[in-house]
Amino acid sequence: MPTALLTITALCRREILKFVRDRSRVAGVLVQPLAFWLLLGLGFQGAFQMPDSPVGAVGYVEFLFPGILALVLLFTAIFSTISIVEERASGFLQTVLIAPTSRTAIVLGNALGGTLLASVQALLFVAVWPWVGPGLTVGGVLYVTAICLGVGIGFTALGSAIAWRTDTTRGFHAIMNLFLLPLWFLSSAMFPLDSAAPGLRELMYANPVSYAVSGLRHGLYPDPPAVLADPALCMAITWGFAAVMVGIAVWSVHRPLYQTA
Amino acid sequence: MSVPAIHVDNVSLRYNNAQQALQRVHLSVPQGALFGLLGPNGSGKTSLFRILATLVTPTEGTATVFGASTETEAAAVRQRIGVVFQSPALDDTLTIRENLAFQGALYGLHGAALRNRIDTVLQHVDLADRAHDAVDTLSGGLARRADLARGLLHQPDLLLLDEPTAGLDPMARRSFWETVSTLQATEGTTMVVATHLMDEAERCDAVAILSEGELVVEGQPATLRAALGDEMLWLATNAPHDLAPDVNARFGGTVHAFDQGVQLLHDDAAQLVGPLYTAFGDRIQSATVRPPTLEDVFMAHAGTRLDADRASLAPAYSA
Repeated sequence: MPTALLTITALCRREILKFVRDRSRVAGVLVQPLAFWLLLGLGFQGAFQMPDSPVGAVGYVEFLFPGILALVLLFTAIFSTISIVEERASGFLQTVLIAPTSRTAIVLGNALGGTLLASVQALLFVAVWPWVGPGLTVGGVLYVTAICLGVGIGFTALGSAIAWRTDTTRGFHAIMNLFLLPLWFLSSAMFPLDSAAPGLRELMYANPVSYAVSGLRHGLYPDPPAVLADPALCMAITWGFAAVMVGIAVWSVHRPLYQTA
Repeated sequence: MSVPAIHVDNVSLRYNNAQQALQRVHLSVPQGALFGLLGPNGSGKTSLFRILATLVTPTEGTATVFGASTETEAAAVRQRIGVVFQSPALDDTLTIRENLAFQGALYGLHGAALRNRIDTVLQHVDLADRAHDAVDTLSGGLARRADLARGLLHQPDLLLLDEPTAGLDPMARRSFWETVSTLQATEGTTMVVATHLMDEAERCDAVAILSEGELVVEGQPATLRAALGDEMLWLATNAPHDLAPDVNARFGGTVHAFDQGVQLLHDDAAQLVGPLYTAFGDRIQSATVRPPTLEDVFMAHAGTRLDADRASLAPAYSA
């Protein structure tokens, strides 16, 4: 087996082992998204009115569901890379970097581990959907899975690129929150495009996460409400974003760890 | 002559925060040696290791490992080196065996070959019975030995050990060094150990002494000690910087002033105790005559104490 493939498998396996051994993370898998979903959903239920819904009355709890899926994906994927910041300070990352293996494989292995964790967590949450919305189809679940993997790869790669340049986990948290929450707020996860102010709509169209959320809606509904684009475009933008982020992460990891004059 | 395991030619390194880490260092380490890099914290040992490990490229000069450039042939260098870094490089949540399997994968090892190699290194470091324990349950000494097993897993021809016993108690340090000596003998691995501990440097075939990024002297420990003479004099005093020039003016020899005393290198060191007390008795608290140690070698060449962490540079008064 080529070393690159062994590297990817080993990094991925390690990510999963670390997750499984961390009871607090395992416990949070379903509790955290459920709590967010129910607290936000039930909290805004009365205040929310879906403008011109094609499927009739969509309650806020139902409307929010794909958005929470996206939130789970974004946060799990990004924060799986926080270990890079910690491991750069210890010798662990250095030993990985001096091994005769490809740096691209290192990026891909890390990204794949975080992606699998994020996707499994999201898909477990999807299992709740039949009690909330119109039910699941095989094609729909496959489509949702593909979107989950794309979002996972994109955001673990983005996380790696930033973790590579950040010295403290506190700094990493600060930078990620700066990125993540606005991306999520402006993705039509919390409110549909039609109800947003004109200035915000352009931002929502420019936001790659919008297409992931719309993609998730496509997978969950035969005729989804509040989507920005058709299923093919959603898939293309999600995976296009992932490809660009992997490119940036690979480029970052090829830069030296220590800056010399 | 076979190519040296390490050849460092006129290497300087400056980080972009303008800190000069190494200045025109020349160094050659023959294959099969147990070589010590001795110097206090901040003397440039870790920076030199980073260059040899291909983590950073020198600002000036070249470094080769078994003839391959660390800059332009990094892949060839990486195949042949193993590094035990100053900070532990094991994943705490994984078991020793899982850590080793992970490391093996990075070097293309898998299947039965990997399993056999893991068994072998675990026996080398005497950890076979702890293989399935998570690293965070190990004592500091055992974790260091597990880290050593990690560095050895892919059978490197050159093993770099950066302060490998930092934070270990004397028992654990001794046991770590016994393992290192055995490995050097049985596997023929060239080993380079960075340390600020005298007794560890004494175990090496040859040492290079680094101070403030410069290589100040290099040689076999016994030769370096012998160069200072059979015996040297150490004077404890409250005012070393006042006493040192006076001692030098009166008795000659080479005199260094340090925080807690004065080092006197003189052919007749032992005979000078009486005359010294006669001349400066009121300024001397105690006088010690002893054979030079590597610490004295370091102090004589670097003009500072080994544990001083780049503290006060002492002026030398030489006849």
